[in-house]
Amino acid sequence: MSSFWRGGLVGGIGVVVGLPLLVQVIWSFAFRWYFPDLLPSEWGLHAWRYVFSDSSRVGEALLTSLGIGLAVSLLSIGIGLPAARALALHDFPGKGLVEWLLLVPIVVPGVVATMGVHLVFIHLRIADSSLGVVLVHLIPAVPYMILVMASVFANYDTALEETARTLGADAVRTFWFVTLPAILPGLLVATLFTFLISWSQYVTTLLIGGGRVITLSMLLFPLIGGSNNATAAAISLVFVAPALLALGVTARSLANGPSVLGGLGRP
Amino acid sequence: MGRQDWMERLKIWLMLLPALLVLVGLFSGGLVVGLGQSLGYMPVAGLHSVTLQHYLDLLVEDAFWQSLWVTFSIAFTSTLLSTLVAVPCAFLLRDTFRGSRLVNFLFQVPIPIPHLVVAFGVVTLVAQSGVLARLLASLGLLSEPGQFPALVFDRAGVAIQLVYLWKEIPFIGLVVLAVLQTVGPDYEALAQTLGATRWQRFRYVLLPLILPAILSASMIVFAFVFASYEIPLLLGVRFPAPLPVWSIQLYRDPDLNLRPGAMAIGVLLTLFSILWLVAYRRLMRYALRASGGR
Repeated sequence: MSSFWRGGLVGGIGVVVGLPLLVQVIWSFAFRWYFPDLLPSEWGLHAWRYVFSDSSRVGEALLTSLGIGLAVSLLSIGIGLPAARALALHDFPGKGLVEWLLLVPIVVPGVVATMGVHLVFIHLRIADSSLGVVLVHLIPAVPYMILVMASVFANYDTALEETARTLGADAVRTFWFVTLPAILPGLLVATLFTFLISWSQYVTTLLIGGGRVITLSMLLFPLIGGSNNATAAAISLVFVAPALLALGVTARSLANGPSVLGGLGRP
Repeated sequence: MGRQDWMERLKIWLMLLPALLVLVGLFSGGLVVGLGQSLGYMPVAGLHSVTLQHYLDLLVEDAFWQSLWVTFSIAFTSTLLSTLVAVPCAFLLRDTFRGSRLVNFLFQVPIPIPHLVVAFGVVTLVAQSGVLARLLASLGLLSEPGQFPALVFDRAGVAIQLVYLWKEIPFIGLVVLAVLQTVGPDYEALAQTLGATRWQRFRYVLLPLILPAILSASMIVFAFVFASYEIPLLLGVRFPAPLPVWSIQLYRDPDLNLRPGAMAIGVLLTLFSILWLVAYRRLMRYALRASGGR
Protein backbone atom coordinates (compact mmCIF):
# COMPACT_ATOMS: atom_id res chain seq x y z
CA MET A 1 0.00 0.00 0.00
CA SER A 2 1.42 3.40 -0.93
CA SER A 3 2.10 5.98 1.74
CA PHE A 4 -0.59 8.21 0.20
CA TRP A 5 -3.29 5.64 0.92
CA ARG A 6 -1.89 4.98 4.36
CA GLY A 7 -2.00 8.67 5.15
CA GLY A 8 -5.60 8.68 3.97
CA LEU A 9 -6.38 5.70 6.20
CA VAL A 10 -4.86 7.35 9.28
CA GLY A 11 -6.67 10.62 8.56
CA GLY A 12 -9.96 8.91 7.72
CA ILE A 13 -10.04 6.81 10.90
CA GLY A 14 -9.00 9.87 12.91
CA VAL A 15 -11.86 11.99 11.52
CA VAL A 16 -14.52 9.28 11.86
CA VAL A 17 -13.49 8.44 15.42
CA GLY A 18 -12.74 11.99 16.54
CA LEU A 19 -15.60 13.99 15.01
CA PRO A 20 -18.52 12.75 17.19
CA LEU A 21 -16.44 13.56 20.29
CA LEU A 22 -14.95 16.84 19.04
CA VAL A 23 -18.36 18.26 18.13
CA GLN A 24 -19.45 17.75 21.74
CA VAL A 25 -16.43 19.68 23.04
CA ILE A 26 -17.34 22.59 20.76
CA TRP A 27 -21.02 22.46 21.75
CA SER A 28 -20.16 22.53 25.45
CA PHE A 29 -18.40 25.89 24.99
CA ALA A 30 -20.96 27.33 22.57
CA PHE A 31 -23.20 30.18 23.64
CA ARG A 32 -24.75 30.98 20.27
CA TRP A 33 -24.35 28.48 17.44
CA TYR A 34 -27.05 28.77 14.81
CA PHE A 35 -27.40 27.27 11.37
CA PRO A 36 -25.52 27.70 9.03
CA ASP A 37 -22.50 28.76 11.13
CA LEU A 38 -19.71 26.20 11.09
CA LEU A 39 -18.47 27.38 14.48
CA PRO A 40 -20.30 29.13 17.34
CA SER A 41 -20.79 32.87 16.80
CA GLU A 42 -20.44 33.38 20.56
CA TRP A 43 -18.53 31.19 22.97
CA GLY A 44 -19.21 30.87 26.69
CA LEU A 45 -18.83 28.85 29.85
CA HIS A 46 -22.50 28.85 30.82
CA ALA A 47 -22.98 25.12 30.17
CA TRP A 48 -20.01 24.23 32.34
CA ARG A 49 -21.11 26.69 35.04
CA TYR A 50 -24.50 24.99 35.05
CA VAL A 51 -22.91 21.52 35.26
CA PHE A 52 -20.89 22.55 38.32
CA SER A 53 -23.87 24.23 39.99
CA ASP A 54 -26.03 22.43 42.57
CA SER A 55 -29.22 22.85 40.58
CA SER A 56 -27.95 20.62 37.75
CA ARG A 57 -27.57 17.66 40.17
CA VAL A 58 -24.55 16.55 38.12
CA GLY A 59 -22.27 16.34 41.17
CA GLU A 60 -24.80 14.23 43.03
CA ALA A 61 -25.32 11.94 40.00
CA LEU A 62 -21.56 11.66 39.52
CA LEU A 63 -21.16 10.38 43.09
CA THR A 64 -24.07 7.95 42.66
CA SER A 65 -22.63 6.60 39.40
CA LEU A 66 -19.16 6.28 40.95
CA GLY A 67 -20.45 4.55 44.08
CA ILE A 68 -22.61 2.09 42.15
CA GLY A 69 -19.81 1.45 39.62
CA LEU A 70 -17.23 0.78 42.35
CA ALA A 71 -19.59 -1.53 44.24
CA VAL A 72 -20.40 -3.43 41.04
CA SER A 73 -16.76 -3.87 40.03
CA LEU A 74 -15.60 -4.95 43.50
CA LEU A 75 -18.50 -7.40 43.87
CA SER A 76 -17.81 -8.70 40.35
CA ILE A 77 -14.21 -9.48 41.35
CA GLY A 78 -15.33 -11.30 44.50
CA ILE A 79 -18.00 -13.26 42.64
CA GLY A 80 -16.37 -13.72 39.25
CA LEU A 81 -12.71 -14.39 40.07
CA PRO A 82 -13.18 -17.73 41.92
CA ALA A 83 -15.69 -18.91 39.29
CA ALA A 84 -13.32 -17.99 36.43
CA ARG A 85 -10.52 -19.93 38.07
CA ALA A 86 -12.72 -22.96 38.67
CA LEU A 87 -13.86 -22.97 35.03
CA ALA A 88 -10.40 -22.42 33.53
CA LEU A 89 -8.32 -24.78 35.67
CA HIS A 90 -10.66 -27.64 36.62
CA ASP A 91 -12.73 -30.28 34.90
CA PHE A 92 -15.81 -31.53 36.67
CA PRO A 93 -19.15 -33.11 35.84
CA GLY A 94 -21.74 -30.52 34.84
CA LYS A 95 -19.11 -28.00 33.68
CA GLY A 96 -20.86 -27.40 30.35
CA LEU A 97 -24.13 -26.53 32.07
CA VAL A 98 -22.41 -24.22 34.58
CA GLU A 99 -20.56 -22.41 31.77
CA TRP A 100 -23.83 -21.98 29.92
CA LEU A 101 -25.64 -20.67 33.02
CA LEU A 102 -22.87 -18.18 33.79
CA LEU A 103 -22.32 -16.83 30.28
CA VAL A 104 -25.86 -16.88 28.88
CA PRO A 105 -26.63 -13.25 29.96
CA ILE A 106 -24.06 -12.11 27.36
CA VAL A 107 -26.23 -13.20 24.43
CA VAL A 108 -29.76 -13.57 25.83
CA PRO A 109 -31.65 -10.28 26.29
CA GLY A 110 -31.91 -9.07 29.88
CA VAL A 111 -35.28 -7.31 29.40
CA VAL A 112 -37.48 -10.03 30.93
CA ALA A 113 -34.98 -10.85 33.69
CA THR A 114 -34.77 -7.17 34.69
CA MET A 115 -38.55 -6.77 34.78
CA GLY A 116 -38.93 -10.05 36.71
CA VAL A 117 -36.23 -9.02 39.17
CA HIS A 118 -38.02 -5.70 39.61
CA LEU A 119 -41.12 -7.51 40.94
CA VAL A 120 -39.02 -9.51 43.40
CA PHE A 121 -37.14 -6.39 44.49
CA ILE A 122 -40.43 -4.59 45.18
CA HIS A 123 -41.26 -7.41 47.62
CA LEU A 124 -37.81 -7.27 49.19
CA ARG A 125 -38.16 -3.48 49.41
CA ILE A 126 -34.94 -2.86 47.50
CA ALA A 127 -36.59 -1.49 44.34
CA ASP A 128 -35.92 2.25 43.89
CA SER A 129 -32.68 1.88 45.87
CA SER A 130 -28.99 1.96 44.98
CA LEU A 131 -28.63 -1.57 46.41
CA GLY A 132 -31.21 -2.87 43.94
CA VAL A 133 -29.46 -1.08 41.07
CA VAL A 134 -26.06 -2.53 42.09
CA LEU A 135 -27.56 -6.04 42.15
CA VAL A 136 -29.16 -5.70 38.72
CA HIS A 137 -25.93 -4.29 37.22
CA LEU A 138 -24.22 -7.51 38.33
CA ILE A 139 -26.20 -9.40 35.66
CA PRO A 140 -24.21 -7.92 32.73
CA ALA A 141 -21.00 -7.32 34.73
CA VAL A 142 -20.25 -10.72 36.31
CA PRO A 143 -20.36 -12.80 33.07
CA TYR A 144 -17.90 -10.34 31.57
CA MET A 145 -15.53 -10.65 34.56
CA ILE A 146 -15.73 -14.45 34.31
CA LEU A 147 -15.10 -14.41 30.55
CA VAL A 148 -11.98 -12.22 30.78
CA MET A 149 -10.51 -13.86 33.86
CA ALA A 150 -11.17 -17.40 32.58
CA SER A 151 -9.11 -16.53 29.49
CA VAL A 152 -6.37 -15.17 31.80
CA PHE A 153 -6.43 -18.30 34.02
CA ALA A 154 -6.39 -20.53 30.93
CA ASN A 155 -2.77 -19.44 30.34
CA TYR A 156 -1.87 -19.59 34.03
CA ASP A 157 0.52 -22.11 35.56
CA THR A 158 -0.31 -23.21 39.12
CA ALA A 159 3.18 -24.64 39.71
CA LEU A 160 4.42 -21.44 41.34
CA GLU A 161 1.53 -21.48 43.81
CA GLU A 162 2.35 -25.06 44.77
CA THR A 163 5.98 -24.11 45.31
CA ALA A 164 4.95 -21.22 47.57
CA ARG A 165 2.66 -23.52 49.58
CA THR A 166 5.41 -26.15 49.93
CA LEU A 167 7.70 -23.44 51.21
CA GLY A 168 5.19 -22.70 53.95
CA ALA A 169 3.15 -19.72 52.64
CA ASP A 170 -0.51 -19.82 53.69
CA ALA A 171 -3.38 -19.44 51.22
CA VAL A 172 -3.71 -15.68 51.72
CA ARG A 173 -0.01 -14.96 51.29
CA THR A 174 0.14 -17.24 48.25
CA PHE A 175 -2.76 -15.39 46.64
CA TRP A 176 -1.34 -11.97 47.48
CA PHE A 177 2.29 -12.55 46.50
CA VAL A 178 2.03 -15.20 43.78
CA THR A 179 -1.40 -15.34 42.13
CA LEU A 180 -2.34 -11.68 42.19
CA PRO A 181 0.82 -10.30 40.53
CA ALA A 182 0.45 -12.89 37.76
CA ILE A 183 -3.18 -12.08 36.93
CA LEU A 184 -3.03 -8.35 37.71
CA PRO A 185 -2.91 -6.92 34.14
CA GLY A 186 -5.95 -8.93 33.08
CA LEU A 187 -7.75 -8.24 36.35
CA LEU A 188 -7.17 -4.51 35.94
CA VAL A 189 -8.70 -4.49 32.46
CA ALA A 190 -11.64 -6.64 33.59
CA THR A 191 -12.29 -4.41 36.61
CA LEU A 192 -12.16 -1.22 34.54
CA PHE A 193 -14.57 -2.65 32.01
CA THR A 194 -17.03 -3.98 34.60
CA PHE A 195 -16.97 -0.50 36.10
CA LEU A 196 -17.74 0.96 32.67
CA ILE A 197 -20.54 -1.57 32.11
CA SER A 198 -22.22 -0.33 35.28
CA TRP A 199 -21.38 3.30 34.50
CA SER A 200 -23.01 3.07 31.04
CA GLN A 201 -26.22 1.31 32.12
CA TYR A 202 -29.42 3.18 31.40
CA VAL A 203 -32.47 0.96 31.11
CA THR A 204 -31.67 -1.33 34.06
CA THR A 205 -31.13 1.72 36.28
CA LEU A 206 -34.37 3.24 35.00
CA LEU A 207 -36.43 0.11 35.71
CA ILE A 208 -34.95 -0.89 39.06
CA GLY A 209 -34.11 2.62 40.31
CA GLY A 210 -37.60 3.77 39.30
CA GLY A 211 -36.39 7.33 38.67
CA ARG A 212 -35.22 7.63 42.30
CA VAL A 213 -31.64 6.53 41.71
CA ILE A 214 -30.20 9.31 39.55
CA THR A 215 -27.00 8.31 37.76
CA LEU A 216 -25.31 10.39 35.07
CA SER A 217 -26.93 8.38 32.27
CA MET A 218 -30.35 9.22 33.76
CA LEU A 219 -29.50 12.94 33.52
CA LEU A 220 -28.03 12.72 30.02
CA PHE A 221 -30.72 10.60 28.34
CA PRO A 222 -33.59 13.12 28.29
CA LEU A 223 -31.25 15.88 27.02
CA ILE A 224 -30.23 14.03 23.84
CA GLY A 225 -32.05 15.41 20.81
CA GLY A 226 -33.49 18.19 22.96
CA SER A 227 -33.12 21.92 22.55
CA ASN A 228 -30.19 22.52 24.90
CA ASN A 229 -27.20 21.00 23.14
CA ALA A 230 -24.63 22.94 25.20
CA THR A 231 -25.78 21.44 28.52
CA ALA A 232 -26.19 17.98 26.97
CA ALA A 233 -22.65 18.22 25.57
CA ALA A 234 -21.11 19.22 28.90
CA ILE A 235 -22.87 16.39 30.78
CA SER A 236 -21.97 13.96 27.99
CA LEU A 237 -18.30 14.91 28.34
CA VAL A 238 -18.41 14.30 32.11
CA PHE A 239 -20.08 10.97 31.35
CA VAL A 240 -17.41 9.93 28.83
CA ALA A 241 -14.43 10.92 31.03
CA PRO A 242 -13.89 7.54 32.79
CA ALA A 243 -14.05 5.76 29.43
CA LEU A 244 -11.27 7.98 28.08
CA LEU A 245 -9.25 7.40 31.26
CA ALA A 246 -9.73 3.65 30.93
CA LEU A 247 -8.56 3.90 27.33
CA GLY A 248 -5.31 5.52 28.41
CA VAL A 249 -4.69 2.79 30.99
CA THR A 250 -5.68 -0.20 28.84
CA ALA A 251 -4.44 0.88 25.39
CA ARG A 252 -1.09 -0.70 26.26
CA SER A 253 -2.38 -4.02 27.49
CA LEU A 254 -4.91 -4.21 24.66
CA ALA A 255 -2.15 -3.72 22.12
CA ASN A 256 0.07 -6.30 23.80
CA GLY A 257 -2.12 -9.23 24.50
CA PRO A 258 -4.63 -11.13 22.43
CA SER A 259 -5.51 -13.02 25.62
CA VAL A 260 -6.76 -9.83 27.23
CA LEU A 261 -8.43 -8.82 24.00
CA GLY A 262 -10.11 -12.18 23.68
CA GLY A 263 -12.00 -11.17 26.77
CA LEU A 264 -13.42 -8.07 25.14
CA GLY A 265 -16.61 -10.01 24.86
CA ARG A 266 -18.76 -6.95 24.76
CA PRO A 267 -19.88 -4.89 21.82
CA MET B 1 -13.62 -41.61 45.02
CA GLY B 2 -11.31 -40.82 47.93
CA ARG B 3 -11.82 -38.21 50.56
CA GLN B 4 -9.32 -35.94 48.83
CA ASP B 5 -11.32 -35.99 45.59
CA TRP B 6 -14.48 -35.08 47.44
CA MET B 7 -12.74 -32.17 49.12
CA GLU B 8 -11.39 -31.02 45.76
CA ARG B 9 -14.82 -31.22 44.16
CA LEU B 10 -16.44 -29.40 47.08
CA LYS B 11 -13.84 -26.65 46.71
CA ILE B 12 -14.65 -26.22 43.00
CA TRP B 13 -18.38 -25.89 43.70
CA LEU B 14 -17.71 -23.42 46.53
CA MET B 15 -15.71 -21.31 44.06
CA LEU B 16 -18.63 -21.40 41.63
CA LEU B 17 -21.33 -20.84 44.22
CA PRO B 18 -21.36 -17.01 44.46
CA ALA B 19 -21.49 -16.62 40.67
CA LEU B 20 -24.21 -19.26 40.36
CA LEU B 21 -26.24 -17.65 43.15
CA VAL B 22 -26.06 -14.21 41.54
CA LEU B 23 -26.57 -15.19 37.93
CA VAL B 24 -29.00 -18.07 38.32
CA GLY B 25 -30.79 -16.21 41.12
CA LEU B 26 -31.06 -12.87 39.35
CA PHE B 27 -31.02 -13.74 35.65
CA SER B 28 -32.74 -17.12 35.50
CA GLY B 29 -34.92 -16.27 38.51
CA GLY B 30 -35.97 -12.98 36.97
CA LEU B 31 -36.68 -14.79 33.70
CA VAL B 32 -38.97 -17.29 35.48
CA VAL B 33 -40.86 -14.56 37.36
CA GLY B 34 -41.25 -12.60 34.12
CA LEU B 35 -42.46 -15.70 32.29
CA GLY B 36 -45.02 -16.28 35.05
CA GLN B 37 -46.31 -12.76 34.72
CA SER B 38 -46.55 -13.03 30.94
CA LEU B 39 -48.90 -15.97 31.55
CA GLY B 40 -51.06 -13.78 33.76
CA TYR B 41 -49.77 -15.33 36.99
CA MET B 42 -49.55 -12.40 39.42
CA PRO B 43 -50.17 -13.54 43.01
CA VAL B 44 -49.69 -9.94 44.16
CA ALA B 45 -52.67 -8.76 42.16
CA GLY B 46 -54.68 -11.83 43.19
CA LEU B 47 -54.29 -13.42 39.76
CA HIS B 48 -53.48 -17.12 40.11
CA SER B 49 -54.83 -18.48 36.84
CA VAL B 50 -52.59 -19.13 33.89
CA THR B 51 -53.51 -18.00 30.39
CA LEU B 52 -51.92 -17.73 26.96
CA GLN B 53 -54.23 -14.85 26.11
CA HIS B 54 -51.52 -12.18 26.25
CA TYR B 55 -49.47 -14.11 23.70
CA LEU B 56 -52.45 -14.79 21.44
CA ASP B 57 -53.40 -11.11 21.51
CA LEU B 58 -49.92 -10.22 20.31
CA LEU B 59 -49.54 -12.90 17.67
CA VAL B 60 -52.73 -11.88 15.85
CA GLU B 61 -51.74 -8.22 15.83
CA ASP B 62 -50.02 -6.77 12.74
CA ALA B 63 -48.15 -4.32 14.95
CA PHE B 64 -46.30 -7.18 16.61
CA TRP B 65 -44.97 -8.62 13.36
CA GLN B 66 -44.03 -5.15 12.08
CA SER B 67 -42.21 -4.50 15.31
CA LEU B 68 -40.40 -7.85 15.11
CA TRP B 69 -39.38 -7.07 11.53
CA VAL B 70 -38.01 -3.65 12.53
CA THR B 71 -36.06 -5.17 15.43
CA PHE B 72 -34.62 -7.87 13.19
CA SER B 73 -33.73 -5.59 10.31
CA ILE B 74 -31.92 -3.05 12.51
CA ALA B 75 -29.88 -5.83 14.10
CA PHE B 76 -29.24 -7.66 10.82
CA THR B 77 -28.21 -4.55 8.87
CA SER B 78 -25.89 -3.20 11.54
CA THR B 79 -24.26 -6.60 12.09
CA LEU B 80 -23.75 -7.19 8.37
CA LEU B 81 -22.36 -3.70 7.68
CA SER B 82 -20.09 -3.73 10.75
CA THR B 83 -18.68 -7.13 9.79
CA LEU B 84 -18.11 -6.12 6.16
CA VAL B 85 -16.13 -3.04 7.24
CA ALA B 86 -14.41 -4.61 10.27
CA VAL B 87 -12.72 -7.55 8.52
CA PRO B 88 -10.81 -5.47 5.92
CA CYS B 89 -9.91 -3.03 8.74
CA ALA B 90 -8.40 -5.90 10.73
CA PHE B 91 -6.25 -6.84 7.70
CA LEU B 92 -5.09 -3.23 7.24
CA LEU B 93 -4.25 -2.90 10.95
CA ARG B 94 -2.24 -6.13 10.94
CA ASP B 95 0.68 -4.59 9.03
CA THR B 96 3.14 -2.27 10.69
CA PHE B 97 3.70 1.01 8.89
CA ARG B 98 4.39 4.63 9.78
CA GLY B 99 1.52 5.71 11.99
CA SER B 100 0.21 2.18 12.52
CA ARG B 101 0.46 2.48 16.30
CA LEU B 102 -1.65 5.64 16.15
CA VAL B 103 -4.25 4.00 13.91
CA ASN B 104 -4.36 0.98 16.22
CA PHE B 105 -5.02 3.28 19.16
CA LEU B 106 -7.68 5.32 17.32
CA PHE B 107 -9.41 2.10 16.26
CA GLN B 108 -9.76 1.10 19.94
CA VAL B 109 -11.20 4.44 21.08
CA PRO B 110 -14.92 3.59 20.49
CA ILE B 111 -14.78 0.36 22.57
CA PRO B 112 -15.31 1.88 26.05
CA ILE B 113 -17.39 4.94 24.98
CA PRO B 114 -21.01 4.65 26.21
CA HIS B 115 -23.68 4.35 23.51
CA LEU B 116 -25.51 7.43 24.84
CA VAL B 117 -22.46 9.61 24.18
CA VAL B 118 -22.19 8.26 20.64
CA ALA B 119 -25.90 8.85 20.08
CA PHE B 120 -25.53 12.50 21.09
CA GLY B 121 -22.45 12.91 18.86
CA VAL B 122 -24.24 11.40 15.87
CA VAL B 123 -27.32 13.62 16.38
CA THR B 124 -25.23 16.79 16.47
CA LEU B 125 -23.49 15.69 13.26
CA VAL B 126 -26.30 14.37 11.06
CA ALA B 127 -29.41 16.23 12.26
CA GLN B 128 -30.95 18.57 9.72
CA SER B 129 -29.21 21.54 11.35
CA GLY B 130 -26.16 19.46 12.29
CA VAL B 131 -22.53 19.90 11.38
CA LEU B 132 -22.78 18.00 8.08
CA ALA B 133 -25.69 20.15 6.92
CA ARG B 134 -23.69 23.25 7.89
CA LEU B 135 -20.69 21.98 5.92
CA LEU B 136 -22.89 21.52 2.83
CA ALA B 137 -24.40 24.96 3.41
CA SER B 138 -20.94 26.55 3.58
CA LEU B 139 -20.19 24.91 0.23
CA GLY B 140 -23.37 26.52 -1.10
CA LEU B 141 -25.10 23.15 -1.67
CA LEU B 142 -28.08 23.95 0.53
CA SER B 143 -29.52 27.04 2.14
CA GLU B 144 -31.84 25.78 4.86
CA PRO B 145 -31.88 22.75 7.21
CA GLY B 146 -35.00 21.28 5.61
CA GLN B 147 -33.04 20.56 2.44
CA PHE B 148 -30.80 18.12 4.30
CA PRO B 149 -32.28 14.58 4.39
CA ALA B 150 -33.94 13.56 7.67
CA LEU B 151 -31.55 10.95 9.06
CA VAL B 152 -32.76 11.08 12.68
CA PHE B 153 -36.27 9.78 13.57
CA ASP B 154 -36.45 8.42 10.01
CA ARG B 155 -37.96 5.13 8.94
CA ALA B 156 -34.66 3.83 7.56
CA GLY B 157 -32.97 4.43 10.92
CA VAL B 158 -29.77 5.91 9.44
CA ALA B 159 -28.69 7.59 12.70
CA ILE B 160 -29.30 4.34 14.62
CA GLN B 161 -27.11 2.45 12.16
CA LEU B 162 -24.36 5.09 12.39
CA VAL B 163 -24.22 4.74 16.19
CA TYR B 164 -23.98 0.96 15.99
CA LEU B 165 -21.42 1.03 13.18
CA TRP B 166 -19.21 3.42 15.13
CA LYS B 167 -19.34 1.15 18.18
CA GLU B 168 -19.34 -2.32 16.63
CA ILE B 169 -16.82 -2.06 13.75
CA PRO B 170 -13.92 -1.72 16.23
CA PHE B 171 -15.37 -4.50 18.38
CA ILE B 172 -15.49 -7.05 15.56
CA GLY B 173 -12.28 -5.67 14.03
CA LEU B 174 -10.27 -6.05 17.24
CA VAL B 175 -11.47 -9.61 17.84
CA VAL B 176 -10.44 -10.56 14.26
CA LEU B 177 -7.16 -8.64 14.59
CA ALA B 178 -6.32 -10.55 17.78
CA VAL B 179 -6.75 -13.85 15.94
CA LEU B 180 -4.71 -12.63 12.95
CA GLN B 181 -1.88 -11.65 15.30
CA THR B 182 -2.00 -15.02 17.06
CA VAL B 183 -1.90 -16.83 13.71
CA GLY B 184 1.16 -14.84 12.61
CA PRO B 185 2.68 -14.72 9.11
CA ASP B 186 4.09 -18.30 9.02
CA TYR B 187 1.16 -20.13 7.45
CA GLU B 188 0.81 -17.56 4.70
CA ALA B 189 4.54 -17.60 4.00
CA LEU B 190 4.41 -21.39 3.78
CA ALA B 191 1.44 -21.26 1.41
CA GLN B 192 3.28 -18.70 -0.71
CA THR B 193 6.35 -20.91 -1.06
CA LEU B 194 3.98 -23.67 -2.14
CA GLY B 195 2.78 -21.36 -4.92
CA ALA B 196 -0.55 -20.15 -3.52
CA THR B 197 -1.85 -16.88 -5.01
CA ARG B 198 -2.90 -13.96 -2.85
CA TRP B 199 -6.56 -14.93 -3.13
CA GLN B 200 -5.81 -18.60 -2.40
CA ARG B 201 -3.82 -17.62 0.69
CA PHE B 202 -6.81 -15.64 1.96
CA ARG B 203 -9.47 -18.15 1.00
CA TYR B 204 -7.81 -21.41 2.03
CA VAL B 205 -5.35 -20.37 4.74
CA LEU B 206 -6.55 -17.28 6.62
CA LEU B 207 -10.32 -17.42 6.19
CA PRO B 208 -10.79 -20.82 7.88
CA LEU B 209 -8.63 -19.56 10.76
CA ILE B 210 -10.46 -16.27 11.33
CA LEU B 211 -14.00 -17.38 10.47
CA PRO B 212 -14.87 -18.63 13.98
CA ALA B 213 -13.82 -15.23 15.40
CA ILE B 214 -15.81 -13.31 12.76
CA LEU B 215 -18.91 -15.40 13.35
CA SER B 216 -18.85 -15.34 17.14
CA ALA B 217 -18.08 -11.60 17.34
CA SER B 218 -20.87 -10.80 14.88
CA MET B 219 -23.23 -13.06 16.81
CA ILE B 220 -22.56 -11.12 20.01
CA VAL B 221 -23.18 -7.84 18.14
CA PHE B 222 -26.43 -9.16 16.67
CA ALA B 223 -27.71 -10.37 20.05
CA PHE B 224 -26.78 -7.04 21.64
CA VAL B 225 -28.43 -4.84 19.01
CA PHE B 226 -31.51 -7.07 18.81
CA ALA B 227 -32.19 -6.51 22.52
CA SER B 228 -31.18 -2.88 22.94
CA TYR B 229 -33.52 -0.14 23.94
CA GLU B 230 -31.81 3.24 24.31
CA ILE B 231 -30.62 3.96 20.77
CA PRO B 232 -33.85 3.17 18.84
CA LEU B 233 -35.86 5.02 21.50
CA LEU B 234 -33.64 8.11 21.16
CA LEU B 235 -33.10 8.13 17.40
CA GLY B 236 -35.85 6.03 15.84
CA VAL B 237 -39.47 6.41 14.79
CA ARG B 238 -42.19 5.94 17.42
CA PHE B 239 -44.07 3.39 15.33
CA PRO B 240 -43.33 0.64 14.61
CA ALA B 241 -40.91 0.62 17.56
CA PRO B 242 -38.52 -2.30 18.08
CA LEU B 243 -39.72 -4.99 20.52
CA PRO B 244 -37.50 -3.98 23.49
CA VAL B 245 -38.73 -0.38 23.26
CA TRP B 246 -42.37 -1.47 23.03
CA SER B 247 -42.01 -3.90 25.94
CA ILE B 248 -40.33 -1.45 28.30
CA GLN B 249 -42.69 1.43 27.43
CA LEU B 250 -45.66 -0.83 28.26
CA TYR B 251 -44.02 -2.01 31.48
CA ARG B 252 -43.42 1.57 32.60
CA ASP B 253 -47.02 2.56 31.95
CA PRO B 254 -48.84 3.40 35.18
CA ASP B 255 -51.63 1.02 34.11
CA LEU B 256 -50.57 -2.28 35.74
CA ASN B 257 -52.91 -4.27 33.49
CA LEU B 258 -50.45 -3.68 30.64
CA ARG B 259 -47.62 -5.50 32.46
CA PRO B 260 -48.45 -9.08 31.39
CA GLY B 261 -48.47 -7.84 27.77
CA ALA B 262 -45.11 -6.12 28.31
CA MET B 263 -43.71 -9.37 29.73
CA ALA B 264 -45.17 -11.40 26.84
CA ILE B 265 -43.39 -9.13 24.32
CA GLY B 266 -40.17 -9.53 26.34
CA VAL B 267 -40.53 -13.32 26.44
CA LEU B 268 -41.15 -13.47 22.67
CA LEU B 269 -38.10 -11.24 22.15
CA THR B 270 -36.07 -13.68 24.25
CA LEU B 271 -37.43 -16.69 22.35
CA PHE B 272 -36.63 -15.11 19.00
CA SER B 273 -33.10 -14.23 20.06
CA ILE B 274 -32.54 -17.84 21.24
CA LEU B 275 -33.90 -18.95 17.86
CA TRP B 276 -31.38 -16.74 16.01
CA LEU B 277 -28.59 -18.04 18.24
CA VAL B 278 -29.42 -21.66 17.44
CA ALA B 279 -29.72 -20.87 13.72
CA TYR B 280 -26.44 -18.98 13.87
CA ARG B 281 -24.61 -21.88 15.53
CA ARG B 282 -25.87 -24.13 12.76
CA LEU B 283 -24.71 -21.65 10.15
CA MET B 284 -21.36 -21.39 11.92
CA ARG B 285 -20.84 -25.15 11.80
CA TYR B 286 -21.87 -25.26 8.15
CA ALA B 287 -19.66 -22.31 7.21
CA LEU B 288 -16.67 -23.80 9.00
CA ARG B 289 -17.07 -27.10 7.19
CA ALA B 290 -17.57 -25.37 3.84
CA SER B 291 -14.51 -23.17 4.34
CA GLY B 292 -12.35 -26.18 5.13
CA GLY B 293 -11.87 -25.35 8.81
CA ARG B 294 -12.45 -27.58 11.80
